Amino acid sequence: MKSTSRLEKILSSGQFALTGELGPPRRADPDAVREKARHLKGMVDAVNITDNQTAVVRMSSLGAGLIAKQEGLEPVCQMVCRDRNRIAMQSDILGAAALGVNTLLCLSGDHQKFGDHPGCKKVFDLDSIQLLSMVKAMRDEGHFQSGEEISTPPRMFIGAAANPFAEPHAFRVQRLAKKVAAGADFIQTQCVYNMERFRKWLGQARDMGLTKNVYILAGVTPLKSLGMARYMKNSVPGMDVPEDLIKRLQGVEKKDQAREGIAMCCEQIQQMREMKGLAGIHLMAIEWEHRVPEIVKQAGLLPRPEPEQE
Amino acid sequence: MIKATIKSLEEIKGMIAPYRRVLTIGCGGCVSLCLAGGQKEACGLNIKLLASKSPDSDAVFDDITIERQCEQQFLAALDDRVGEYDALISLACGAGVQFLAERFPHIPVFPGVNTQFVGVTQDIGWYEERCKTCGDCILGLTAGICPVTMCSKSLFNGPCGGPQDGHCEVDPDTPCAWIAIYERLQAQGRLETLMAIQPIRDWQGQIPGRILLEEYRARYVEDGEKS
Repeated sequence: MKSTSRLEKILSSGQFALTGELGPPRRADPDAVREKARHLKGMVDAVNITDNQTAVVRMSSLGAGLIAKQEGLEPVCQMVCRDRNRIAMQSDILGAAALGVNTLLCLSGDHQKFGDHPGCKKVFDLDSIQLLSMVKAMRDEGHFQSGEEISTPPRMFIGAAANPFAEPHAFRVQRLAKKVAAGADFIQTQCVYNMERFRKWLGQARDMGLTKNVYILAGVTPLKSLGMARYMKNSVPGMDVPEDLIKRLQGVEKKDQAREGIAMCCEQIQQMREMKGLAGIHLMAIEWEHRVPEIVKQAGLLPRPEPEQE
Repeated sequence: MIKATIKSLEEIKGMIAPYRRVLTIGCGGCVSLCLAGGQKEACGLNIKLLASKSPDSDAVFDDITIERQCEQQFLAALDDRVGEYDALISLACGAGVQFLAERFPHIPVFPGVNTQFVGVTQDIGWYEERCKTCGDCILGLTAGICPVTMCSKSLFNGPCGGPQDGHCEVDPDTPCAWIAIYERLQAQGRLETLMAIQPIRDWQGQIPGRILLEEYRARYVEDGEKS
């Protein structure tokens, strides 16, 4: 084992993994985290704690992650390159590891222009691929980016994101390969709606032998309504929502759209479970944590495995 | 070249309000070419300052434009002139403003322009940034398109997940630098360049930069003196 991560244990044992997502609150309120965590406990193997997503200030990923951990969840700490230079990143990684947070997702981060402090100074000292390589070197070679030795290295299970749908399409699997080469142990993808394109991308990854070297978890986000589907299609960068999904939601009454969205999500998960080379699902129920239990149940993903103690 | 834009008249008037005799100094270099701080703009600013002063004010506004404000030999032309004034407005870039202030440290110097970027002239009145002066050029690897400057996240290893229809997610009017790099490298048959992981770099420019060409070193540094 590279780490003490529960997610690593489940993935390396060959079981189909399920990760969730928890968005920290915009206030210093631990109960807001606990409330969301309660819905996710026992439902997912680990839960991503977002890092100031959409560049809006929120409780830190590590802070909220620790609260989630106290509630019995396994946090995946997210770290974006927008806000921290390499000193702050390495410092937070040491802190996280010392506190028992041992799964880290390395991201570039949404541009600050989208957030609530568009006038802030962006950092981007490293990009996400360089961040992966730095964390891997800290763990495997036991040194800081400066080259200085770390006597107790952080044993992190290292994750990265991939967007199979963004342009240039032909480069997307190559970028995945770069992330794997840089140090990614697992990948969580952008929300998948276009199953055909996702199959193609996964097939390319398989053909390149990448699925033998990295665990790929397919991102899914249940559509709550027709409005959300349209918003995802038209306003979220890098999102590919096919027209037939929109039509299907149009075909049901507004009050039934949430139920239909969940049904669509579960069907998608069923299809994904059959895909060769796919290691799990990353379920991003955005501000819908309380609906996760019914989705997970309906998708037939319960009970979740109990990893053996090390 | 360096591109700048002139500050608002309000801001300039606010800075010089306490002073009676003010000299506006234009610069014939970069800022002149981007129509921000050359002779025409120095003259124009002066006219506006004169026109907007109150009838009972005895303020004196003059203007002069020199070849460049970033070279001592041209600043020397001002040595006999500035003594008549209580304050100076420099229409040079930030470097020129500082060099002027350094030469005449007893007179307050105020900037008349905002220095924007190192860029190009697409056409008259249309300027675009191209270089962040990062001090470690990788344009050879990126088909002559700078990801430090042209990618909104200054990524080194390819496009983020956000481009839409070839444009940056941050601004629909800005092309995605990495798509442009990809397409140009592809056209040149050099796509394999993109597969190499660009390592973490040591950023230059962490302290004020200084260049002392080896062949000129002896002129400025005495033997044994610390450079």
